Amino acid sequence: MKLKTFPGGVHPHDHKEYSKNAPIEKMDLPLKVVIPLSQHIGAPSKPVVKVGEQVKTGQIIAEPGGFVSITQHASITGKVTKIAEFPHPCGTTSMAIEITGDGQTDEWIELTNEEDVMSVSVDVMKDRIKIAGVCGMGGAGFPTHVKLSPPADKSIDTVILNGVECEPYLTADYRLMLERADDIVTGLQLVMKIVGAKRGMIGIEANKPDAIKVMQKAVSQLKDISVVGLKVRYPQGGEKQLIYAATKRSVPNKGGLPMDIGVVVQNVGTAVAVYEAVRYSKACIERIITISGKIVTNPKNLQARIGTSFQALFDKCGGAKEEIAKVISGGPMMGFAIPDLTAPMAKGSSGLLFLNKKEAKMDIEYTCLHCGRCVDVCPHNLIPSMISNGAMNEDWDMAEKAGAMDCMKCGTCAYVCPAQIKMVQWIDIAKINVGKIIRERQQKS
Amino acid sequence: MENKFKVSAAPHLHDKTTVSNVMWQVVIALVPALIAAVYFYGINALFLTIYGVVAAVLTEYLIQKWRKVPVTVSDGSAVLTGLLLTYNLHAGAPWWLPVVGSVFAIAIGKQVFGGLGNNPVNPALLARAFLVASWPTLTLSGWIKPNSGMMSGITCLQGLGDKASTLITSATPLDVAKKLRDSDFVSGLASGEGAKVFNALFDSSTLQNLFWGNVGGVIGEVSAFALLLGAAWLIHKKIIEWRIPVSFILTVVALSFFFGGIKGLGQFSLLLPIFHILSGGLLLGAIFMATDYVTSPMTRTGRIYFGIGCGVLTVVIRLVGGYPEGVSYSILLMNLAVPLIDKWTMPKPFGGRKKK
Repeated sequence: MKLKTFPGGVHPHDHKEYSKNAPIEKMDLPLKVVIPLSQHIGAPSKPVVKVGEQVKTGQIIAEPGGFVSITQHASITGKVTKIAEFPHPCGTTSMAIEITGDGQTDEWIELTNEEDVMSVSVDVMKDRIKIAGVCGMGGAGFPTHVKLSPPADKSIDTVILNGVECEPYLTADYRLMLERADDIVTGLQLVMKIVGAKRGMIGIEANKPDAIKVMQKAVSQLKDISVVGLKVRYPQGGEKQLIYAATKRSVPNKGGLPMDIGVVVQNVGTAVAVYEAVRYSKACIERIITISGKIVTNPKNLQARIGTSFQALFDKCGGAKEEIAKVISGGPMMGFAIPDLTAPMAKGSSGLLFLNKKEAKMDIEYTCLHCGRCVDVCPHNLIPSMISNGAMNEDWDMAEKAGAMDCMKCGTCAYVCPAQIKMVQWIDIAKINVGKIIRERQQKS
Repeated sequence: MENKFKVSAAPHLHDKTTVSNVMWQVVIALVPALIAAVYFYGINALFLTIYGVVAAVLTEYLIQKWRKVPVTVSDGSAVLTGLLLTYNLHAGAPWWLPVVGSVFAIAIGKQVFGGLGNNPVNPALLARAFLVASWPTLTLSGWIKPNSGMMSGITCLQGLGDKASTLITSATPLDVAKKLRDSDFVSGLASGEGAKVFNALFDSSTLQNLFWGNVGGVIGEVSAFALLLGAAWLIHKKIIEWRIPVSFILTVVALSFFFGGIKGLGQFSLLLPIFHILSGGLLLGAIFMATDYVTSPMTRTGRIYFGIGCGVLTVVIRLVGGYPEGVSYSILLMNLAVPLIDKWTMPKPFGGRKKK
């Protein structure tokens, strides 16, 4: 198979060896879950339960807070014990609903079972996906029902499933592809039917040859779906990079979307969630999360309920063999360093990684040398150092010209920076300020 | 609340390249050239280099102490500056010349602007320009001839007249080339000797001497072979990238092929460009100085324009300028153009424009 890729990028050591051979394991039912009301892109969900109320697994506890927002569900059976500000997996805090159960009872709301899932009408499919609260499981958490309802003037011809998992350490999607290939393919077919696409693709990086084989076997009878082998290169799983590698189409910059060029991308985990929502009307209340790191006693891929605390997941893996210096929620390139393990996992939590002192060591920061390494690797062809230097000097004009608004914060620039500049942090500051200036400009005109 | 774990912005992984790693790799790549210089010019080349490096490191240390900023002399950048400055002097220079040069390079060339990363031009080249302007006779004459060869590298000529043989025994290859451009000088030679000497410059024996280092020159430029070893190391380690050196050298090749000849003595020759690559500081400059991160463009296309600019200026100075060698000035001048080049060659963001 000829491997496809995108321009730029880097190749960090993938560290997937720790957890890639650990089959998906069901996490014990937690005694308590904390469901953040904003675990997706868009407006926070609005609670529809009160403290003290008894809830069943899968029962709606919050409704969408706007058009781009999601429905939220109780992920265990129990009593609503608190609606308050709780730690968030991004390292911040947010409003969340706490449900306390007994760790045993798991009483679900009524489910359906469509034997012939493809015969469900598109409207019902969309409805079920919306009610199930599915959002992008790759990390960003964009509400799936919104992505599946493109405006009438955009015709979609291709759906790409993202099985790239280019973030080092993470193996959740990999295990999912090995163990639930057929469900993923059905999920893809459902998405294709909903958006009316004729072509389906599944993009997988070449460092997962067995996943490529399994998925190829799963689609061997289907003429309209193919598996695309991709070169091992970060950020291959970036939406725009994946689309370019698979179809040679590029998403317009300055706010363009995949649907502008007829493409919808979904994570493989999202495809399974779509399948379960359409077939069983099952709410998105669990996901696979990789607990890994050199110092973790038993790295695992756990299928856990949304809202399970990081501490419980960590304990399940037998703790750490050495002193922990840094904990990352998500992948090491774009994930968040979190101060402690009190936060719960959310729908976008793909990993929980533990680093020792040596792995977390940071070298001293120099001034920018203008070496241009960041320019060479930037997958969006920007000048990252100019954006970050612009932010340091509050020169927002320079930051904008160097492409601040097109940056997706993949961290490739900071990864290679010999001066160890925290470029993503500076670019973030630039994005906020440049965004403000652009909005003011638009208001004036 | 107190953080239990370290919190920082993503990414939480980093490749192994650090500033000091880069600097020390370049220092390593410059070692073969020093060995060659000691071999051809004697141990004084090593002593001068040590003076230069020690002076650079001490200056950096004292200024950083005085400025109350972190002392970073162990990162190798001051070592590198001292090394490159001394490499621009000949092995017969007095001991204090590299010392003064290094102090100037670090203090005026680098720290005045705020230290590493902020200097507009290459500090070592700036210091060389300062030394040439201040002590022209010490820097541009008194060169040492190689242990077992001719100053000019021309070993294929015998039985020349006095004036011509003095020329090939006391002048460096580029000095010879420059002298031959002076029609008064040439008319003072016996008939046909000018053409003989000119053609001998790119005789295969001369080119071999130039390649291995059996010629007169400054410490760092003596052996093309040693410099190419260094280049191979840097490219292998991905410290430098091919664009600047290649566009620089190819420009010199093209221009010297068309314009390197001298009327009446010799015109187009495929060997002339080889002479221009191997002689003088072209390789040292193209590989080690034009590629200095701080003072070269960040964009890929910018690097090519930068290299072409360096090449054009080098050839212009060599063929029509007042000095026999133009590499260092051409790089200095192009250094000043870098911000403009970066601005003009800003890459187009991936994805193109949005359809209206």
